Amino acid sequence: MSEATTQAVSQDGMTGMVDDWSADRQAYHVPWGKAMMWIFLVSDTFIFSCFLIGYLNVRVTTTDPWPPQSEIFALSFGGDPIPLILIAIMTFVLITSSGTMALAVNFGYQKDKAKTFLLICITAAFGATFVGMQAFEWSKLIAEGVRPWGNPFGAPQFGSVFFMVTGFHGLHVTGGVIYLLWVALRVKRGYYDNKGYEIVEIAGLYWHFVDLVWVFIFAFFYLL
Amino acid sequence: MAYVPLADQDQDMEMHHPHSWVEKYVWSQDHKVIAIQYGGLAVLTGIVGLVLSLLFRMQLGFPESVNFVDPNFYYQAVTMHGMIMVVYFLTALFLGGFGNYMVPLMLGARDMVFPFLNMMSVWTFLISVIILMASFFVGGGPTGAGWTLYPPQTAMAGTPGHDAGIILMLVSLIVFVVAFTMGGLNYVVTILQYRCRGMTLMRMPLTIWGIFVATVLGLFAFPALLVACIMMLFDALLGTSFFMPAVLEAGTPLDFEGGSPILFQHLFWFFGHPEVYIVALPAFGLVSDVLSVHARKNIFGYRMMVWAIIAIGGLSFIVWAHHMYVSGMNPYFGFFFATTTLIIAVPTALKVYNWLLTLWEGDIRLNAPMYFAIGFIFTFIHGGLTGLFLGNVVIDLPLSDTYFVVAHFHLVMGVSPILVLYAALYHWYPKISGRMYNEALAKVHFWLTFLGAYAIYLPMHYLGFLGVPRRYYALGNTDFIPLSAQDLNSSITIAALIVGASQILFFINIIGSLKWGKKADPNPWGAASLEWQTPDTPPVHGNWGENLPTVYRWAYDYSVPGAAEDFIPQNMPESDVATAQDAKSSQGNEE
Repeated sequence: MSEATTQAVSQDGMTGMVDDWSADRQAYHVPWGKAMMWIFLVSDTFIFSCFLIGYLNVRVTTTDPWPPQSEIFALSFGGDPIPLILIAIMTFVLITSSGTMALAVNFGYQKDKAKTFLLICITAAFGATFVGMQAFEWSKLIAEGVRPWGNPFGAPQFGSVFFMVTGFHGLHVTGGVIYLLWVALRVKRGYYDNKGYEIVEIAGLYWHFVDLVWVFIFAFFYLL
Repeated sequence: MAYVPLADQDQDMEMHHPHSWVEKYVWSQDHKVIAIQYGGLAVLTGIVGLVLSLLFRMQLGFPESVNFVDPNFYYQAVTMHGMIMVVYFLTALFLGGFGNYMVPLMLGARDMVFPFLNMMSVWTFLISVIILMASFFVGGGPTGAGWTLYPPQTAMAGTPGHDAGIILMLVSLIVFVVAFTMGGLNYVVTILQYRCRGMTLMRMPLTIWGIFVATVLGLFAFPALLVACIMMLFDALLGTSFFMPAVLEAGTPLDFEGGSPILFQHLFWFFGHPEVYIVALPAFGLVSDVLSVHARKNIFGYRMMVWAIIAIGGLSFIVWAHHMYVSGMNPYFGFFFATTTLIIAVPTALKVYNWLLTLWEGDIRLNAPMYFAIGFIFTFIHGGLTGLFLGNVVIDLPLSDTYFVVAHFHLVMGVSPILVLYAALYHWYPKISGRMYNEALAKVHFWLTFLGAYAIYLPMHYLGFLGVPRRYYALGNTDFIPLSAQDLNSSITIAALIVGASQILFFINIIGSLKWGKKADPNPWGAASLEWQTPDTPPVHGNWGENLPTVYRWAYDYSVPGAAEDFIPQNMPESDVATAQDAKSSQGNEE
């Protein structure tokens, strides 16, 4: 009976974890939306892991040599081509957007609507820039003859994996930009004044996840 | 930032109150209506699967006289039967149907945490079913590659439905995964975050534990299916070679090279094996509750049961390649996966012992749900024992792709979960509909189904030992198969037709009882768990009236020594529990 009325007191470390999991009503001291986003992201991690493991597998099984990425993804600004320069810039843009998103979360909890709105918009703009650069990269490769079913540089799976994995990630970024703009609009209108600004953090979780996934795609597909 | 749980806040959950008939029953956000929509749709799809199985069984039993099943249709029927039953029927009915209905009611919640998302889940599921059914009407018909959809066979011209059928199947599966994710996130977050006061995780009924772990498995296993479907869709539509090696079709090379068919098998079974437990764990949970209520005893070893569910869930992710012993993978894999597979038998056997010990010296009430629950123990033990055969590489090799395998997985994940479904449907029917079903009809239904299932699947073990291969349109004159095998096949088909037809009894019972059944008591079985303590039967929108319930005990206080009643509801405080002494003294006062 006493358990039914125990107040949830959060403690640190192992004791806190045991307390949380043996508590009634809830296991985590977070809003429903945040818990749901975390679990969704774990599920999404499995999707990207399957994609990347599938990619590594076909890279081993394919009979043709794997194309040299550093040459294919090189870009020339008048002089010698610089390997992976576009990807480096894209990665930089996306990581920067994570920073602005973190600031937006901070100002959101301070209920500074103007700054939150602005920072979310900047984050979305970085995201849109990333997608734009990805579109440029796609059209450049398509112009060079890379197709999902084959390419002039080597194993046909190179093109298949490239379009599939970057495309799936690009869709995540595009979806994220739309999500962020929607949240930004609602922040501006003061929709969250009563409901609380956790939604900014929830959107932020998604955004950081998309960035983190890119780091893995960058490492496994472009560098390896 | 400290977060205040809803139960401690003054304001209640934001509820979506329906304003019209359409909002109440069609675009409903009430978890109970959604559960019935999900369940009804799953059952309709399951009927299609059942009819398909009867059709191809007729071909197998009477190849001479049945001429409306040609080889192509045979393969299509086998394929669609498998996929429909595993994914669109069992998964959807257990998690979409029972998950939706039971989770908020058993936890003392008003609804799922995100009712709108929940509604989207069921409508997305409808879309996936429509896409699946559409494949019957396109040129070439549905895919006939077997429910495992192994490449390169799926894409070859000899396979029926290799053009439009397989594409619709893959798209339908992708849509299903989306629908499941929306629903699954809801169940998990509701269970973790929206329990009533006093409802700790270790006071939850085992039904909820089963649904919880199964949903978590689904959220981590369906991604592999999604990725496999996307990659295969690319192979089919864009001409990529993820799964397609260089291969000849009628002597001419196809435009594929360098893909890995084994990769598909790994991805598919990384989904496919947890999928077995996505179906089995909710069944384990439901049957535990049914057994406990009708045996008037607490479930034996509740904590063991919970940890067994969690252990099975965890182990189910590292056993998948026991489906692939004959695929040509590295033999050391076989050693590893055989070991993990046999380890999973430990928590499973533990659960079976606990069910038996729950019955031990119980005050067993042989109601129809109890018939089905005890029937489940039989079929599950038999199906489980043959699993030990197939889990060992050396025994699996000769038995692989024979009827022994068919008998094994139908007993363990076909018949067993379906017996639990019937147990659960009869058990909760009074709460869901407010009426009692017809007990006699339900028992006739049980005996026909239970004995019929054995008449179908026991002989298949013998066929398997003879080496009769599965998935063959007709046995023909194969030397090593004696002619008498055909007689066995005919008898199996007759049994299957009888079992198939006897399911009509179930529909007559539940539909007829809606009209003619006598009005049900709010708690006809004297069950202790929370869903039987709702103020209204059937529960209304919002479930609990003014105040959410408070829970003071676990869900299994049956035949407590000293208590006057033989069960104590979960929401009854210690001070309100009438003791036998009280009962006696009040009797004395009356005298």
